[in-house]
Amino acid sequence: MIKKPSRLLKIDGDAVVKEALRRIEQPSRRLFLRRSLSLGGLSLLTGCTIVDDESVENALMKVSRFNDKVQGWLFDPKQLAPTYPESMITRPFPFNAYYGEDKIPRVDADSYRLDVSGLVADRHAWTLAELQALPQSDQVTRHICVEGWSAIGKWGGVTFSSFLARVGADTSAKYVGFKCADDYYTSIDMPTALHPQTQLTLTYDGQTLPPRYGFPMKLRMPTKLGYKNPKYIQAIFVTNTYPGGYWEDQGYNWFGGS
Amino acid sequence: MTAATLTIHPVWLRATHWLNALAVVIMTMSGWRIYNASPLFDFKFAKEITLGGWLGGAIQWHFAAMWLLAANGLVYLLCNVGTGRIVRKFFPLSPRAIIADLLAAFRGQLSHADLRQYNAVQRAAYLFAIVDAVLLVLSGLVLWKSVQFPLLRELLGGYEGARLVHFFAMAAMVAFVMVHLAMTAMVPRTLLAMIRGR
Repeated sequence: MIKKPSRLLKIDGDAVVKEALRRIEQPSRRLFLRRSLSLGGLSLLTGCTIVDDESVENALMKVSRFNDKVQGWLFDPKQLAPTYPESMITRPFPFNAYYGEDKIPRVDADSYRLDVSGLVADRHAWTLAELQALPQSDQVTRHICVEGWSAIGKWGGVTFSSFLARVGADTSAKYVGFKCADDYYTSIDMPTALHPQTQLTLTYDGQTLPPRYGFPMKLRMPTKLGYKNPKYIQAIFVTNTYPGGYWEDQGYNWFGGS
Repeated sequence: MTAATLTIHPVWLRATHWLNALAVVIMTMSGWRIYNASPLFDFKFAKEITLGGWLGGAIQWHFAAMWLLAANGLVYLLCNVGTGRIVRKFFPLSPRAIIADLLAAFRGQLSHADLRQYNAVQRAAYLFAIVDAVLLVLSGLVLWKSVQFPLLRELLGGYEGARLVHFFAMAAMVAFVMVHLAMTAMVPRTLLAMIRGR
């Protein structure tokens, strides 16, 4: 198990919100502002040279929140993502993260525990063996990256809705949040969490999920873009408090559906 | 003559034209930045002509301006069909007429005496722009929500097919805009007409 600050393992809503607010104040956030407005085209387009950075970004963020709502409304819980024959699997399947391959976290299988918290009846931490003992299924689906590229892969694991039922999750809650061994974090809406193709993934292409694809566990959602599919998951929590996400807090759309 | 008879473009047309121009510029420039994140072909667009700064910013612009493009486009189409303008202005139209007017244009013999009358090349070009914009919106819808629109996705050749359609429809729109601007520069009265209506 990777040594981590304990706050990452014990999730509470307030801490998550505080963390999100802290990130918003970060210099990188300012940099995003400056970068997004450094183009000469904007002044050309609007016909004025003084554009209020803050107000432009706020307006765009508001539209992004509106787009979350529209996507939630468009989301059909029964609509399945297309599946493909194994011959169409992209080989090699690309590695993708906010860091390079040399920074892939190595999680120790024996000491691994999946922390489950928030609005759930059963909060016991799961061992890998316990997760592997649950009913498993496979899917060959298309992973679509926010950058535009896509790749077909084969993932196997536990249907997430059955896992949520098993831990007695309050499925009327709004969000399911994830904390990962690589400091990545994200959150999804409950309807997507309950979608039949949303999977707690333990294998890739019939083999134990390799470190580059998220060992010991990732969440696979063919109905969402790549950055919504967290790898190296250590903690899952059910909440009504918006948990945000690593990229989402920097400006990526939260719903991120496809 | 009354003001009404002098009007070349009604106010709804001018409003939707300029809002559409704004939407197309934002969509194209932010779209180029999104393209750069994972280029389909062996080139990237220069950062200076893109909008959004980074991928997340470009996507915010793109997915905000899409509402302007779609809503304004819908108003334009409804007004155009509802007033019967689309029939009056764009038809009849035949390949023969387009070729004849194209040849006349190259010889400098096209008349621009009455700007209310579109010649056959204009008719074809504007109809092309309308159809291309619809294709951009539909292929964009597949890229945005490929799972939620299965029929549209399959019609456009799947997610990757829709990417190609979206790219080439963009290229066609950019080509249209360049020709459109060049033509306007040659007959500047058309620009005035699109601003003040006469």
